[in-house]
Amino acid sequence: MTAGDAAPAADTALGIAAAVRSGTRSAVDVVEEHLTAIAARDGEIHAFNLVTADQARQAALALDRRVAAGDDPGPLAGVPVALKDNLCTAGVPTTCSSRILEGWRPPYDATVVERLVAAGAIPVGKTNLDEFAMGSSTEHSAFGPTRNPHDTSRVPGGSSGGSAAAVAAGFAPVALGSDTGGSIRQPAALCGVVGVKPTYGAVSRYGLVAFASSLDQIGPIARTVADAAALYEAIAGHDPCDSTSIPEPAARVAEGLGEGVAGLRIGVVTELSQAEGIEPDVSARLQAAADALTEAGAKVDEVSVPAAVYGLSAYYLIAPAEASSNLARYDGVRFGLRVDAPTTGEMYDRTRTEGFGAEVKRRIMLGTYALSAGYYDAFYGKAQRVRTLILRDFDAAYQDFDVLLSPTAPSTAFPLGAKTADPLTMYLNDVCTIPSNLAGHPAMSVPYGTGDDGLPVGVQVMAPALGEPTMFRVAAAIEATAPAA
Amino acid sequence: MAQITRDDVAHVARLARLRLTADELDTFTDQLAKVLDHARDVEALDVADVPPTAHPYPLRNILRADEPRPTLDRADVLAAAPVVEDHQFRVPPVLGAAP
Repeated sequence: MTAGDAAPAADTALGIAAAVRSGTRSAVDVVEEHLTAIAARDGEIHAFNLVTADQARQAALALDRRVAAGDDPGPLAGVPVALKDNLCTAGVPTTCSSRILEGWRPPYDATVVERLVAAGAIPVGKTNLDEFAMGSSTEHSAFGPTRNPHDTSRVPGGSSGGSAAAVAAGFAPVALGSDTGGSIRQPAALCGVVGVKPTYGAVSRYGLVAFASSLDQIGPIARTVADAAALYEAIAGHDPCDSTSIPEPAARVAEGLGEGVAGLRIGVVTELSQAEGIEPDVSARLQAAADALTEAGAKVDEVSVPAAVYGLSAYYLIAPAEASSNLARYDGVRFGLRVDAPTTGEMYDRTRTEGFGAEVKRRIMLGTYALSAGYYDAFYGKAQRVRTLILRDFDAAYQDFDVLLSPTAPSTAFPLGAKTADPLTMYLNDVCTIPSNLAGHPAMSVPYGTGDDGLPVGVQVMAPALGEPTMFRVAAAIEATAPAA
Repeated sequence: MAQITRDDVAHVARLARLRLTADELDTFTDQLAKVLDHARDVEALDVADVPPTAHPYPLRNILRADEPRPTLDRADVLAAAPVVEDHQFRVPPVLGAAP
């Protein structure tokens, strides 16, 4: 934690929940402490698009009454949670950090929000993101960037930069983000916190504003693996409102955290560890984590996932294509911004032209091109086949290994403005995270010391589909040997 | 793979209902060309006999029983609409000028 902030940095979600459930602390006090921390420093950080202070206080009051009445307030009782602003919150503005949804109040809550509230958690606000989750730095927000709490001249990563910064700055012990190509894991790494992308379909997407429907997943961001596990269990599990939701209930990931890694086979993915742009100090931290796991009794080796090198290219054909389709609904007719015009067609044009930022336009056009007649097979069709190759190579690797390791991000947090001139430079930030989205596999980032510049570095743990229990277990072992923050 | 041209970008912008200035057209053409250039590695692969993966999890045709259920309240939905008339979303004329 940096000097000068009054955040209750030591509070974990589990600690808060235990204290509130036993009556040792009141939810009202917990919420007030966090609102104070937000007020003290969010002017500088800009993690939040909106702080829902009054609602949080009311929810805390209601929760304390339930505790006093002897009712079970839930496993996350009194835990303040920050919600990425692409998650629908009924009656509360949900903007996706876009002008086209500025002021829009959803008529329903996302399933994950309902589940967190049912578990006793208390939403404290909506966090900033790259517009419509398209970006790796939160600089593409229509409402200004978020700053990295460790060094405010630097980005927090993206697109869930606001959520990661909120947790790193002590504004909330946990947050929800969304991850399509790395948007939970990469900002978690750059902010020195834990970030989890679940197996595709493990967490309901109902109420998540869609970016790329075959890749998007909601997941937890927290300061500890145990907190991330608790949040995961609260939100995961089948949802009839999401037709891509896996039939099973949430995996139990918290109970096995302390089991250790003795006998586990852990593979360091060559193509990702040696990918374009991986900085030497990041590689050094990955090596240190691998060594620590060997010390702890795991069998660590290098493994090749050859098709992973095509991940970035395949992703930047598939994701924009799906986005161009998903963002067609923003036309000024039913919700959001409308720029009036004499005809409907002109209204669509003007609304979308004025409402969308440059990065969103870029991706919509890229996607439209990839799907257009004459190019569909060469671009989108081919990328979908490459996706199969990546899945096959991962499956082959998992014949010999239980989990895989790689860096999460190629570098530590870069300065604001450093990578905005050339979109491709920004896209390269996702080289290690993208393959898991394409495969639909779970992956998480665990903080593991700092780079040469003193800024956080994260190590990525990957597992096969529904392999969350082992993934969290390895993450906990990594966390146990991490240098003190 | 042909290089994406200014005309291509103008065409897809029209399809996507986006109006670009001349400067934006130049900038976006340049940027999109660079991204597509990077994707040449995929374009060069021979994957003709590899089936595509549209979704990572093998779920098919998830349906529910055809029973009426509560849904969103119409008033709530219309409350978020830009222009409402007679419980409907009011839009400008689709063809031609307004009366």
